Amino acid sequence: MSGETFPREPFAWLSGYLASLRDQHVLVHDQTAQPLAPARVLEIDAEDWGKAASVAATAGLRWAACWGDHIGDELVLRAVLETAGDYIVLRTVVPLGKPVLPSHTPHFAAANHMERHTQDLLGVAFLDHPDSRRWIRHRAWPDTDHPLRRSFSGRGKTQASTPADANYRFEKIQGSGVVEIAVGPVHAGIIEPGHFRFQAVGEQILRLETRLGYTHKGIEKIAVGRDPDALARLAARVSGDCTVGHTWAACQALERASACQVPERALILRALMAERERVANHLGDIGAIGSDVGFAFAHCQLSRLREYWQRRNDELFGHRLLMDRVIPGGVAVDLDAAAVRLLHTDHVTLRRELAVLFDILDDHPSLDDRLLTTGYLAPDHARNLGVVGFVGRASGQGFDLRRDQPYAPYDRFEIPVPLYSDGDVAARMRVRMDEVYIALNLMDQMLDALPGGVTRNVLLPAADAEGLGCVESWRGEIISYVRLGPDRRVARFFPRDPSWLIWPTMEQLIAGNIVPDFPVCNKSINASYSGHDL
Amino acid sequence: MLRILNKILRTGMVSESIPSEDDELERLGISVKRCLQLRFGRSLAIRQVDAGSCNGCELEIHALTNAYYDIERFGVHFVASPRHADALLVTGPVSRHMEAALKRAYVAMPSPKLVIAAGQCACNGGEFGVSYASCGAVANVIPVDVAVPGCPPTPLTLLQGILAAAGARKATARR
Repeated sequence: MSGETFPREPFAWLSGYLASLRDQHVLVHDQTAQPLAPARVLEIDAEDWGKAASVAATAGLRWAACWGDHIGDELVLRAVLETAGDYIVLRTVVPLGKPVLPSHTPHFAAANHMERHTQDLLGVAFLDHPDSRRWIRHRAWPDTDHPLRRSFSGRGKTQASTPADANYRFEKIQGSGVVEIAVGPVHAGIIEPGHFRFQAVGEQILRLETRLGYTHKGIEKIAVGRDPDALARLAARVSGDCTVGHTWAACQALERASACQVPERALILRALMAERERVANHLGDIGAIGSDVGFAFAHCQLSRLREYWQRRNDELFGHRLLMDRVIPGGVAVDLDAAAVRLLHTDHVTLRRELAVLFDILDDHPSLDDRLLTTGYLAPDHARNLGVVGFVGRASGQGFDLRRDQPYAPYDRFEIPVPLYSDGDVAARMRVRMDEVYIALNLMDQMLDALPGGVTRNVLLPAADAEGLGCVESWRGEIISYVRLGPDRRVARFFPRDPSWLIWPTMEQLIAGNIVPDFPVCNKSINASYSGHDL
Repeated sequence: MLRILNKILRTGMVSESIPSEDDELERLGISVKRCLQLRFGRSLAIRQVDAGSCNGCELEIHALTNAYYDIERFGVHFVASPRHADALLVTGPVSRHMEAALKRAYVAMPSPKLVIAAGQCACNGGEFGVSYASCGAVANVIPVDVAVPGCPPTPLTLLQGILAAAGARKATARR
């Protein structure tokens, strides 16, 4: 454990951005109250919404999220942008009678799906959006209904059954020899549902279009009215493989909204579980990448290690996937001295096993043949798409919240962040192999630094308050927004899973690859369907 | 290659190395195997359908195929199409957007059309329940033979559910 002494001046760039906004005659209102700290909120007029994005794009900011909120007879729209680890939240208001807003998509490709999600669920029309097709909405509700409007009943209108999605206008490529291959929503493996539409010539993929929304469960709607504990349980199930990350982000938002101090011991235990989740998923996925190119050895060995890891989760933390272990105000588990010793021993054993296994994976010609140059995501494309997490770090985008906007307890540790620019499946696997070792070292430091004391403080939910949680999950940055109503219950919950930013890379990196390499490319980015579809 | 063989040799057979839990696993596995020998010509083909889960259940279903559980040794296989399946293993509350796909998978499956609803959401809607976007329990959409509780169910509970489903065949087969 070492004190991070890297001199970092927060928001040093902001004055420049504000000056550019002034040059464009964009009026920024009231910056004194900061309800979403550490993020800064900039209130702007609806007509300037597009201009603010345009200036941000020129200034090199990364676009991270947008969501809408029905308050009174207005719709409040927020967009999150980031640079140098600092977040700003653009906020604007449109009347319910005329919910029209300039789009951010012409300036940031990452905005495409989230704006269409807002269009489908809240009925906001984004002007000059290059693609106004529905996205999350299939046929469970008509385009005249908007589930996130307050007048819309969460039960929905009674409906005998929902017909299959139809009449979605997929882009087509014309020409002799071009075939269209439709895959999903039910896939051949044990995997989540989604639809992929390939245009191919022979084996080679010319174009892929993803169609998601199949696992849309109305999470944002059914969050409304919940108390903090119930919200945490829901957040734990946004994406099961990322349960610690999402619960932590939602709890962080709740705790910031309610000015609740989390005990030191609980913070370290949260980070310990988040790192355990990182290791479990990386092990499983590295093995699965091997399996997808016919290298069963990797799969057998790494799924064995993952199983061992999960059994330890069950034994010491009480759940194989660590679900519901993070709770508002702290954690639901504690470790005794024997458990700490056991974990240290586990780390030594795992390092020893991985030294052999990763060495084999590193230097296996048939694996190189399948993984090198496969599924190439160029750093420029990665930057344009605003991708985060290990997919970004394999394509030159080094952002990691734990280092760049360190939240407790990560502010007390040095976090090495692996960075590669090869951008292929092999590079993504390489990042994840590095991250396993880094996580093991971090966890050893955390166990040594585990302070005494309680593991939970009581969280008294504030009335009419809001908070933004930002957490680096194993998959990448999670942004979780929570607004509490006057009754101290949840009035709005929006968890932005990193998958929103990872899925669009699939369409880029698959072009030119062969159809049989789709599974390995898909596994190498491993975006969540459930975390995206909400 | 030598390194790989060396590693395999040193790893040995993990499927037998954990006494307490594996006794249970072994016992269950043998029952499944006997049942399948009697009723399914020695193997049970399962098609897994995620009808809207959070993917937690999928992780545990995947675990069934790891070296510890190695479910294939008991004659249980996961297949790529419902047309090859004796049973559907369905997870998640059934999202309304997956309702038609699940029904089609059920129709495509040949008799005896066993259905195992795996996980809390599949049993009763779980944390998501019934809403504008979710049909809730699998039984609200297609007939269910066995419901496996747990959030997510552990690999052992899943194996118990599969055994129960294979046994449930007895009742339906005589009809």
